[in-house]
Amino acid sequence: MPQETAQVNKSIFTPFNVIAGMIIFCGLIITVLRFTGGLGAVTNLDDNNPWGIWIGFDLLCGVALAAGGYVTSASCYIFGLKRFHSAVRPAILTAFLGYALVVMALHYDVGRPWRLPYPIFLSPGTTSLLFEVGLCVFLYLTVLFIEFSPAALEWLGLKKIRNLVVRLTLVLTIFGVILSTLHQSSLGALYMIAPSKLHPLWYSGYLPVFFFVSSVFAGLSMVIFEGSLAHRHLHHKMDETHLKESEGVALGFGKAAAFVMMGYVGVKFIGIAMDNNWHYLATGWGLWFLLELVGFVMVPSFLYAIAARDRNLRLVRWASILAVLGVVLNRLNISVVAFNWHLPAADRYFPSWMEIAISLFVVTIGVVVYRFVTTQMPIFYEHPDYEHK
Amino acid sequence: MGISRRQFLGWLGAAGVGATAASRAEAASNKQFGGYPDSFGILHDTTRCIGCRKCEEACNKVNELPVPEQPFDDLSVLDKTRRTRFDVFTVVNQFRKKDGQLPVFVKKQCNHCLEPACASACFVRALRKVKTGAVVYDESLCVGCRYCMVACPFNIPAYEYDEALTPRVTKCTMCHPRIEKGLLPGCVESCPKEALTFGTRERLVKIARRRIEKYSNAYIDHIYGEHEMGGTSWMTISGTPFSEIGMREDLGTQTASSFTAGPLSAVPVVVALWPVLLTGIYAISKRKDKIADEERIHAVAQTVADANQEMTVKLAKMKDSMAKEKEAAINLEVKRALEDAAKEAAESQQASEETGSETPKEEK
Repeated sequence: MPQETAQVNKSIFTPFNVIAGMIIFCGLIITVLRFTGGLGAVTNLDDNNPWGIWIGFDLLCGVALAAGGYVTSASCYIFGLKRFHSAVRPAILTAFLGYALVVMALHYDVGRPWRLPYPIFLSPGTTSLLFEVGLCVFLYLTVLFIEFSPAALEWLGLKKIRNLVVRLTLVLTIFGVILSTLHQSSLGALYMIAPSKLHPLWYSGYLPVFFFVSSVFAGLSMVIFEGSLAHRHLHHKMDETHLKESEGVALGFGKAAAFVMMGYVGVKFIGIAMDNNWHYLATGWGLWFLLELVGFVMVPSFLYAIAARDRNLRLVRWASILAVLGVVLNRLNISVVAFNWHLPAADRYFPSWMEIAISLFVVTIGVVVYRFVTTQMPIFYEHPDYEHK
Repeated sequence: MGISRRQFLGWLGAAGVGATAASRAEAASNKQFGGYPDSFGILHDTTRCIGCRKCEEACNKVNELPVPEQPFDDLSVLDKTRRTRFDVFTVVNQFRKKDGQLPVFVKKQCNHCLEPACASACFVRALRKVKTGAVVYDESLCVGCRYCMVACPFNIPAYEYDEALTPRVTKCTMCHPRIEKGLLPGCVESCPKEALTFGTRERLVKIARRRIEKYSNAYIDHIYGEHEMGGTSWMTISGTPFSEIGMREDLGTQTASSFTAGPLSAVPVVVALWPVLLTGIYAISKRKDKIADEERIHAVAQTVADANQEMTVKLAKMKDSMAKEKEAAINLEVKRALEDAAKEAAESQQASEETGSETPKEEK
């Protein structure tokens, strides 16, 4: 798996490459099936369950977990926490890839993907929250592309354009935070139109707030989680500054996440109190809800807090895995598990293996491109020509 | 109750022109909207329905849908509860409380909400409420995102899942093209029992109320669709509680768009406030840095200055003490020299006294 093995063996058949290759091959075959046989040929979607894991995982989780981009760049450039500077580029790269893959995955899910520009350029349905999501994701993907471009421009040696783009950093960061606030929250608000379909414990007038707040700690946790993976496999690509700052980034982000998650738990309970849904907590759905909220939000929050106090890097990393899983669980609960909860079991949705394979395919492409970019471009280190801005 | 064909056609002369003139999309907005005046609707009276499926057949024919495997006169289809599909815009379902009891038949199709959830949810305005009362779909705009299906509280829109590249969302059109031509909707026209009544919505509400009042034993005192989800153009009256015939009673009377109005209204707030706030935070953090920098420079300068001054003082002191020491040393030397000289003088005097010479006196 690690880069070193590849260099020692001088073979492209590393375990990583073999597995990734197999998944991508599988994905390509299913792609052909999707675009020749329609959604019916590869998915378990039906008229009652129009959205499956391509929306629940690829879109909702993809966007939430790519929140590290705006969180990190905001903390560094807007809040002036310069000690997180070395974390900005990896986070922006992840966010850019994340959003690009979300858009790619959408091409599988919508019926006529070439019409995806229609809502923006041809016939905007401004009453739809999906319009807001679409517009913001489109704009934010553009912002992320520009934010990411300095790394590529340094790699290509295009000094002049690079310096021009770097000057836009603050404006782009602010723009990014605005767009992220809007679409992270409106992804939750998408479900507000269907109070009769989503279980009351998950349905709330605060859905947009829940989604936005959880995107913050999803982003923070992803930066930590990804950092720990990068340290294991891409250690040799990191410069002294990155290595020196990385522990501080993990502990600092862990501490921030602990606070945000506790706030989130608070808002979640306010949501329950608002609609007086306490009695649902005693049901099976309530237990599932509490598992999500206690097991995957409160527990990692405490772990983060303890780890930040004891400066325990290992614990921060474990907490980040739990927190990321918690966000995934929450998004899947809202989009799939607790959606259509009132329907009889026979009418409920469970993804087909091909749907899961396409989701894996999308993630794998992300990992492969991430590896390529981080090994080629100045992501974990400062380009010698451009040090200190 | 029923409307004669001539009377109906007469209205359409006027309404049809109005409807076609309103070609501009009229999608649901966040405003309170009580429906287009004089828009049409259909009243379904389940107490009259005999489950003959003639409406299904007519719907199939009128919309040129594929002919189903089981013919329409095969009533065994009714044994299963069905929903609308991409090739079936309307279904009649049979509900039986207990065995032996007479079944209740309920026709299911798009209810043509006054403020449709699907139209509000559509991000390309492919679905819209038109002035005839129908909720119509424009295939040429649809992206196929299926958010309308998520949004519909009645689970009506269906999707051509097996269509690879040109899948459409399908649903009852209230026979909008026929209405414009002055024809009755296919199902209404074919119903042999007058279980379906076509007319302006206002009129239909009155008809329904009159029936419920007149035969209060036969009906539940509720017009389903009068207020559900803000009201629908298609309404149903029944002798059986609606929840027992597959119609949800927990949908409430708020329009779908009212649920999303809140988050949509937050957009301008975020767009207006965030840049100000974030720039402010940036300015504050930058100022903090600047002040910290200034303070550091100042502190360094101060330290240097202090050190210099201290040094000067020390140096001065040292000079002073050195000068004193030097003076003392000189004095001491002088004293010693004097003493030496005195001693010498005394010695030489002694010597001269001994020798008798007087010279040392002048030396002094």
